Amino acid sequence: MNLLEVKNLKVHFPVKHGLFSRVKAHVKAVDEVSFTVQPGETLGLVGESGCGKTTLGRAIVKLVEPTAGSILFEGEDIAHLNGSELRLRRRNFQMIFQDPYGSLNPRMTIEQVIGEAIDIHRLAENAEARHKRIVELLQAVGLDAVHAQRYPHEFSGGQRQRIGIARALAVQPKLIVCDEPVSALDVSVQAQIINLLQDLQQQRGIAYLFIAHDLAVVEHISRRVMVMYLGKVVELAEARAIISAPKHPYTQALISAVPVVDPDSKRKRIVLPGDVPSPIAPPAGCPFHPRCPMAQLPRCQAEVPALREVTPGHWAACHFAK
Amino acid sequence: MLKPLFRALFANRLFLAGGGIVVLFALLALAAPALSHAHILREPFKQDQKALDTEGMPLGPERGYWLGTDNLGRDVLARVVHGARVSLTVGTAAMVMATVIGVAVGVLAGFYGGKLDLGLMRFTEMMMTIPPILLAIALASLMDGKIIHLHPASVHWHFLDVELRRGMVSLFLVIGFVCWPGMVRVIRAQVLALKEREYVQAARVLGASNLRLIFRHIMPNLLPIVIVTAAMSTANTILLEAGLGYLGIGVPPPAPSWGAMISDGQAYFTLSPHMVIVPGVAICLTVLAFNLLGQGLQDVLDVQQKR
Repeated sequence: MNLLEVKNLKVHFPVKHGLFSRVKAHVKAVDEVSFTVQPGETLGLVGESGCGKTTLGRAIVKLVEPTAGSILFEGEDIAHLNGSELRLRRRNFQMIFQDPYGSLNPRMTIEQVIGEAIDIHRLAENAEARHKRIVELLQAVGLDAVHAQRYPHEFSGGQRQRIGIARALAVQPKLIVCDEPVSALDVSVQAQIINLLQDLQQQRGIAYLFIAHDLAVVEHISRRVMVMYLGKVVELAEARAIISAPKHPYTQALISAVPVVDPDSKRKRIVLPGDVPSPIAPPAGCPFHPRCPMAQLPRCQAEVPALREVTPGHWAACHFAK
Repeated sequence: MLKPLFRALFANRLFLAGGGIVVLFALLALAAPALSHAHILREPFKQDQKALDTEGMPLGPERGYWLGTDNLGRDVLARVVHGARVSLTVGTAAMVMATVIGVAVGVLAGFYGGKLDLGLMRFTEMMMTIPPILLAIALASLMDGKIIHLHPASVHWHFLDVELRRGMVSLFLVIGFVCWPGMVRVIRAQVLALKEREYVQAARVLGASNLRLIFRHIMPNLLPIVIVTAAMSTANTILLEAGLGYLGIGVPPPAPSWGAMISDGQAYFTLSPHMVIVPGVAICLTVLAFNLLGQGLQDVLDVQQKR
């Protein structure tokens, strides 16, 4: 069974304007997105800034309310759950945040930060078990029991990210949405955190939705990769397939922008003309057509390409992908 | 965690100056009855014929009256020190009341947003359009000794009776009631910023209830700005108390109140300016002290750019 199945998910934000806050338009941050995540796998999610990848991640952990569509977690739709119904289920899906400096309450010790997760879901019978659990979690992320009494400002960025991971682990989730968890860290620390996430996945069988804009990082950690553009999924395939043989022209341009170590490489860089259009009024037809090097006009402007299985397991949303 | 904070506070000149004056005035106010009892200070109510000059005018600073006497032959120093009791008590109590209402409304509006926010903020803005002194006058004039029976007429639960009486209690209630709208905006803006912080979002993802988010994550991080606004608003409440005293609707005479002392002294200003200057300086110093205190706290607690 799918751990997570997202069907036709839409997240539209109203743009309010003028007297009495009339709704003028909608920002279509996430538009008709569907995908699945299997237990214990890592699905990478890439795209440039503003493509809706963070909003998608936040919608899945219900930090933003989806406008339409469904989010089936182990077969149960959580898209429109609220209140205590939702709070009970939150144990199953956690989030690791981008900014290690903003994601820990400056007025709480590490023991309080991690303990809060345990308290909310009553995962420890007594104070002793609670403390033991906190120490275990700290050790699992490579920290030490002595760190429990310290405050966040006493830690480095990498250590804080480890604390954030320990907090997410405290409730034994089945899925963790990692929202650019390493983009704020030094490169050497990035590798440590990525390795830690992989080790934890192997030990505990947690599935990750790994959001990043760094293709190299995503390729390294993910089994499958999903590419987003203007709120839509344009390509979804095995990580290796997407890097070696991208089918969608947008993905091809993205991949060509990744620096290659070999100085003799003859790969040609595809430079896209223009800027990303506004998600308030995305182009008609294929949202990528104004910038696409292979667009053929009447069709691409008129017809929205469906995400179709071009080769087995390799999905792309382009009329001409093959 | 608190030690470096105190060290920073005591290295801050604004905080030291403001805090010093406030503490000095507070100690004087607390000790006033004892000082009078020990005859270090004269009685503030005692009218003395001998404390007026031959023409029946107030004495200047002479004959052991350090700050002179007033038109009824009462010691101005004693009255000013005893007046500090009224000013500081009413000012502080009103500040606490305004802060409690302001924080409650600001947090509710900022955290829950939507229609609740809309309703609360429009009400707050409506309150703000009424000049505080005018509203305070209107409310204070209601305190005419009428008794409101909160219990049904058939039973005699007189402990529920509320007497609308002029005095310190009604005064601080009135001032507190007109001062809270100023706090709401500051608090609400801060709550709006705080609730978008990643640690609040993280707690929400963990399954924290709204109450837990408010009390464990929002409130503690709201504390610095609440402390600063509270210190600054005390300057306002004290000024308002003096204003109401001056207009004759403060604590009823003969209780000494700085505002009332100024209004009593007005008629004698050309011949005995000390009657106005002394309570005036007292008001100025107190207001200045609370502003300095707030400014110092603001610098040390780094309210503007807190991470």
